[in-house]
Parts: sequence; structure tokens; C-alpha cells
Amino acid sequence: MTVVAALPSAPRRRLGDELLMRAAVAVLVVLLVTFIALPLATLLAKSFQDASGRFVAVANYGRYFATPALVQSLWNSLAVALLATGIVVPLAFVYAYGLTRTLMPAKTLFVALALLPLFAPSLLPAISLIYIFGNQGFLKSLLFGASIYGPLGIVMAQVFYCFPHALMILITAFSLADGRLYEAAAAMGTGRWRVFWTVTLPGVRYGLISALFVVFTLVITDFGIAKVIGGQFNVLATDAYKQVVGQQNFEMGAVVGFILLLPAMVAFGLDRGVQRRQVALLSARAVPFEPARNPVQDWGMAAYSLVTGGLIAAVLAVAVWGSFVTYWPYNLSLTLNNYDFENFEPNAAGPYFVSITMAALAATAGTAIIFTGAYLIEKGRGSRLLRASAQLLAMLPMAVPGLVLGLSYVFFFNAPWNPLGVLYGSIALLAINSIAHFYTTAHVTASTALKQIDGEFEAVSASLKVPFYKTFARVTVPICMPAILDVAVYLFVNALTTVSAVIFLYGASSKPAAISIVHMDEAGATAAAAAMATLIVITALTVKLLQLLAGRTLFAKLQVWRKR
Amino acid sequence: MVETIDRTAADQPRAQQVAPAAAAPHLTVAGISKRFGGFSALEDVSLSVETGRLVCFLGPSGCGKTTLLRVIAGLEVQDQGRITIAGRDVTKLPPAQRDFGIVFQSYALFPNLTVAQNVGYGLVNQRRARAEVKTRVGDMLALVGLSEHAQKFPVQLSGGQQQRVALARALATSPSLLLLDEPLSALDARVRVHLRDEIKALQRRLQVTTVMVTHDQEEALAVADQIVVMNRGRVEQIGSPTEVYGRPATAFVANFVGEMNLLEAIVVAPDEVKVGALRLACQGLQQRAPGTAVRLGLRPEEVRIRAVAPGAANAIAVSVAKFDFLGAFWRATLRPVAEPSLALIADFSVNAMRDLDIRRDQTLTVALPPELLRVFEGDRRMPA
Repeated sequence: MTVVAALPSAPRRRLGDELLMRAAVAVLVVLLVTFIALPLATLLAKSFQDASGRFVAVANYGRYFATPALVQSLWNSLAVALLATGIVVPLAFVYAYGLTRTLMPAKTLFVALALLPLFAPSLLPAISLIYIFGNQGFLKSLLFGASIYGPLGIVMAQVFYCFPHALMILITAFSLADGRLYEAAAAMGTGRWRVFWTVTLPGVRYGLISALFVVFTLVITDFGIAKVIGGQFNVLATDAYKQVVGQQNFEMGAVVGFILLLPAMVAFGLDRGVQRRQVALLSARAVPFEPARNPVQDWGMAAYSLVTGGLIAAVLAVAVWGSFVTYWPYNLSLTLNNYDFENFEPNAAGPYFVSITMAALAATAGTAIIFTGAYLIEKGRGSRLLRASAQLLAMLPMAVPGLVLGLSYVFFFNAPWNPLGVLYGSIALLAINSIAHFYTTAHVTASTALKQIDGEFEAVSASLKVPFYKTFARVTVPICMPAILDVAVYLFVNALTTVSAVIFLYGASSKPAAISIVHMDEAGATAAAAAMATLIVITALTVKLLQLLAGRTLFAKLQVWRKR
Repeated sequence: MVETIDRTAADQPRAQQVAPAAAAPHLTVAGISKRFGGFSALEDVSLSVETGRLVCFLGPSGCGKTTLLRVIAGLEVQDQGRITIAGRDVTKLPPAQRDFGIVFQSYALFPNLTVAQNVGYGLVNQRRARAEVKTRVGDMLALVGLSEHAQKFPVQLSGGQQQRVALARALATSPSLLLLDEPLSALDARVRVHLRDEIKALQRRLQVTTVMVTHDQEEALAVADQIVVMNRGRVEQIGSPTEVYGRPATAFVANFVGEMNLLEAIVVAPDEVKVGALRLACQGLQQRAPGTAVRLGLRPEEVRIRAVAPGAANAIAVSVAKFDFLGAFWRATLRPVAEPSLALIADFSVNAMRDLDIRRDQTLTVALPPELLRVFEGDRRMPA
């Protein structure tokens, strides 16, 4: 009994642990409302008002549909989006099949090749296509007189840009296969095609639907590609830009923004429903599928992946090459002159520096807010209603295209009545906009990591009279470090490469590199635009590689407790 | 009404040596109700636990036992009712201001902290001197027999060892109340038996008032001073293990704790009932009027097969419908010749099987001893 003689009881903590948590949840909701909900509400309101702010019901919408040029853009957008979706999803489907269902060699390489476009602004493939098929393109003859400036160029560039997005969804869908179903089919002597139609395809159908909608939304809401290679071919995204920036017609810009919101909303709603069922498909007793060796299929898939992945890498490489060429296509000697942005930009080092600052801000502040927010939503006690609303608001940005969010920010932060207007045109607002734009994916990553840790940590620390924030810092954050890093790098890379959200928001001293690319390309300095794009790609890839390296060395040491 | 759990010395003779002479209950739960939407998880639950006792909440999954534990801990907020711990009303206090240690089914050990850091987690926060914390952690680890594992991480330990770390962590801050939420159900059968004995020994040694939730009746019978049998959010019976097993208060308890034959019967005379076509003598009818529907309970091991004289009380002819070999004994399904719709479960020792040479489809005479037939309220839906 002497061993455990009771210690004198320590002074009891009376400080409002619970109160602090409630306050934190309230702050989170205020932030989400201010930077997500209110701007969107302003956009909606604007579309129902005239220039002087009077309510005009659907008059703006009536005017929109009465303007043939604008309606034509709507059809153009739909056509381009459908075509690009129809091309990219089947391509990615086969690619994902090879990666998950065969024993083809060099899978890591092929994944890396296919994911390359994620580290570039969407404009990069468009610039490359101009180098290849443009007026001075070395393969221009292959188009038989057709022009790359227009729907053809948009669709081709979109295929490159959207490929990794479709691929990631389909890889996940293919990975969730129950090996038992295949064994059962084989035991009954089922043929390969029959297995594909009755087991494989039904198993991935939800992922397939999800990929279709995600790609469709990406294409219809992308601004950069249409701007660079669209020529005279107008689409919704460029219309919104012209209405707001060119003609200062905010109301019509709001209408276009709202129209852009619709397909994204539909895609989002369907995707949510689809994901719920996808998870249900895989029972707890499922056994992961193990592909068997099949030389014909394995090498066939390797060849396909080599061609597809090689093309992706090659297209990106052309822009990089072009950025070093003295005078395309007449003088192909290499030079660094195009990286001397002083010749093209009044504020030479400015844009790149702005982008790095903004991406770093978004990555640090964004990760802190998003992870803490996900923790409060996931593990908090009390304030049930507030936490539920925070969750809803956190999921909202997924349904809002960057362009629409950017428009909303213009209307909200540029409004004369808004005290937050001081932020307008600052790097801080660009960073905030990026955090809001990419909130959902980061939030879901954080929530998933938090869901995987024991649900009783908070209860245990309460019973040991340790306040929740201490356990958060000492246990929860260290455990979730890999996910936190993922979120930070994700935010950094996306803030660096995004065009559509920030095109409305930059100020004289806060023009990010991605916008500078658009401007230099507009001014005919394609090589300089390619150079800036290359700089972004290199920066983004470096950060990603650093993360991988850190995970292998530094963090492997800090995470010894994971190993048995 | 608060039902006080008290333990009679006759039930637990071995407990007498250590039982403290505590008069006031350490934990009191009065009139607790809790609803989740339309589902009533707890309905007017009242009980109290004396200082130093180990009480088991026993019941099937969904009976409300874990909810009750979480309400006591403050992790769930009850709709109605009061809770006092050590004479202090904690009804409205958050978990951190109640005085308890808790062990979860998952153990909830912090995976990135060593065993020693886990055990010292609550101590460090009390701003105790480093040396004091170290000594205390060392003592606690010695207590659960894990001294040599102090610098390991939880993932490097077996399930049973992790469970003991969780126990040491919960006890390190010397709480006056220990809550155990299905602490053994994630373990292998053999480890489970070993650890439940250890928990019992530790609890006796430290005399810490303990509440343990379990769905395993064997576990509850083995470790508890008192068992609270719960069903559908209500308390069915509170009693010592021998009381709950030997004198179940309701047909539910009879059926849940151990095996029990339950026979629907109708009273026909002051000490006689009718089960289908059978007439049985029964001593526990307590003046129920003839025509009353009752249920009779008889444990399988109480069906008598040896030395049944012809004409003995409740001797009936049965045919042996089925045998299951359960290792230490045989479990037979018997059908009375006069009422073949009834199925009686009876346990026969291996010796009895051999001596009496019992086979399938054979007709035997067994006795249902009138003094052992328990009487419960009948199913009112039964036609009289």
C-alpha cells in the first residue's frame, strides 16, 4: 500500500477550459462567415441589383440571355467542357487501371509524370501548345490549317491540365476493390471481359462519375487557358473577366459568376452523394485486390503510360525549353535573357516575390487555421450548432470555382461600406483568398487524419485534468504531423499556381507571378511568360520534393513511435 | 428512490478482510434519464456505490451501461437526475472538475509518448517536482509490473500491457473513483481472464471505488462486489454475484446471467402449475391466484438425472433430442414425452453420461426439483 500512498491533491483547475473551446469555435465560425459566406452572399445580391444598388429582381439575368454574344459564350463553355471531359476521363481511366490493376514496371515514375501538371499554373500547357502549334509552332503543319487559338487549343490544354485531377480520383476508386469478388468470379470460370463489365466497372462507377463532374467543373470555370489560347473564342470565364475588369459592369459579372456557380454546385452535390456510396461499397471484410502477373497486359499498360505520361512531360518541357530560347523559332540558341523580367515587367522581381510571400502566408496561416478548425469541429465538446455550421462552411468552397470566389471578393472587399476594404489589393487578401479557395480539400485532409486517432484522448486528458489545448499541442499535432505537412504543401503549391481566383484581386504592388504570366503573354512576350511559369513550376516542385525528403529523413526520426 | 448497494458478508466471505467500514456511499446516481433523439438510453436510473467497492454494470449492448458510465464521468450530459462523488454534487461540472480516472476499451494511450510519459501525463500538469513525478511513475509502473517497459512506445507493447499502462495512467493522479469502460473486451480470452484477476487484486489493494462496464457475465461474476444488471436503459437488478446468479429478480436477468430454462406456466393450485400438458409442483408461487400466468426458471445444471426414484416430485419422462459436447460437460436438449413441444436444456457431467449410458432418442426420467423452480412474472400476452 505504501507504493501508492495518495499524493496530496493538486489545486483544481477552475479556469474555463470549456469556455476557451467555445470561444475558439465562435472565432472559427466568424472567420468562415466573413471570408467565405459573406463574399458569396454579396455576389448573389449583386446579380439582382442594378449599378446603383437597387433591387431589380432577375432583370440582369434577362439582359444576359438577351445578349447573343454572352449566350454564345455559355454554349462555347459547355461544348469545350464536354469535349475535354470526354477525352480526359477515358485516358485517365486506362492510366489508373494500369497503375492499380497490373504489375507494370515503374509505377512511381508514371504517377510522378502524370501529376506534373498539378505543379504548374493552368496556363503552362497553353503556352506550350502555342510553342508547338502556334503561329510560329514547329508542328503547326500537323493541324492542316486549323488554328490552335480557339476551341482546339483550349480543349488540348485542358486535357493536360485536368489529367492528374481525374487520375487521382480514379486511382482511389480502383484501389478500393474487394479481391474476394475477383476470386469468386475466377472460381466460377468467368471470362476477362465479363469480369471487367460485371465486377471492375461497377466497382469504380462512382469514382468515374465523380471524375466526370470534377473535370467538367474544372474546365468550365478555368480562366487561364481560355485567356492565353482562346483567341476570339469567348467562354464564360473570360466573359466574367471582360465584364468586370474591362467594362466595369459588375452586375453582369455577378450574373456570369452565378451561372458558373451552377455546374460546380451540381457537381459538388453529386460528388458528395457518390462518395458516400463509394465508401459503402467496400465492406470491412474486403480483401485488397492483388493483381496477378500478365506480361501482355503489364507491358501493354507500361507502353500506354509511357506514351501518355511522356506526352504530358514533353508538353511541359516545351514551355521550359521555350523559356531558354533566344528567339523562337528563328534563333534556337539558349539564353537566360527571358528570365530578366525587367524587360517585360515594370517591377521586375515583384511578381515572383509577391507569389512566394502570398503562398508562404497561405501555407502557414492557412494550415494553422484549417487544422485547428478541423480539430475544433471534430473533437470539440458543446456548441453543437456552431460546430455543425463551421463544418458546412468548410465544405462550401469546394462548390465555388476560384473565379467566382475572386469575383465575390471584389464585390465584398471593394464595397465602400466594408471596413475590411483596407485589405483590398494587399498580399494578405490574396493569401486569404487562396486559403478560402482551397479550404475544403485541406480541411478534409485534416479531418480524415483527426478521425483516425482515438476519440477518447480529450476525455482522458479531461479526467487527468489536463486542459485540451495541452493535449492538442503535445499529442494531436505531433500525431497528425504528416497530414499537417500535406496541407501546408498543398496550400503553398496551389496559392502559387492559381490564376482564376486572384485575377480580380491583385493591386499595383501585389501582382502575383501567375498574373504576370497572363500580362506578359498578352503583351506578346511569350518567352518571358514561359520563363515565369517555369520558375513557378520549379519552386512548387522543389517544395514538394523537400516535403518528401523531410518525410524520409527528419520526420522518420521524429516518428519512431509509429514503428513496431 | 436510491437503492443502496450493500454486500452481505455471507455472499463474499473473502472480502471481509479488506472491506472498509464505510457508511456513506462514494458515488450516488439518482434518477438519471438520457435520451438520444427518440431513443431512450437511460430511464430513471438510481444506484449508489460504497467506498472501496468494485461494481460492474452488466448488460447486452445498447442497454445503456456505457452511457451511464459516461454520464458519471461528465462526458455525456444527462437530461435529468443528479450525481454526487464523495459527497460533492458534480451534476453540472465538466469532466475535468470531477475526480475520476478512466480506462477505455481502446485504452486511448497517447501513441507518440513513451509508457512513462503516458503514466506521468496528468502528474506533469499538476506542476509537481520532476523527481516526485518520476518516483510516482516508477511506483505505478512497478504496481502494474511494467517497470522494464518504461521507455517503450505503446505500439511496442502487447494489448494486455497497453491495458495495464492505461490503468496505471488512470490511477497515477490518485483519483477517488476509477471508471473502466469494457477494459478487457479487446483482449484474447486467456489474457482477459488473467488481467481481470489482476484488476481485481489491484482494486482490492488500492481500495479505490471502481465502476466497470462489461457485457461479459462471467467477467462480472468473477470480479464484482456488486453487479448492476441493465436492460433497455433500466436497472433490472442490483446484487452480489451470487444473488444475481442464484436469485435473479427478473426473467431477463435469469436469461442473461448464465443459462436458464424459461417455461411459460399457469398456476393451477397454491403450489402447482401447468406447463402445457405437464403438471409440476412449485414452491415459490407466493399465493398467486390460480389462472395467473407465470414463468418458471431452472438452470440446466439443476435438471436432476441421477437417483430419480419413480414417483419422485416432478419426475417426468423425456426423450433425448440432441447432444452438444461442451468440453467439461454435455448439454442435452430434452423433450417431455407428454409435451413434446417443450425443449428443456440440461447439462450432464461426462461421468453421468458414461454411467447412465445416455444416447440420442432414448427415453429417460429426469426431475425438475420443485424447490429450485424460480417463479417470474408471466408474459401477459399469453392466453390464460
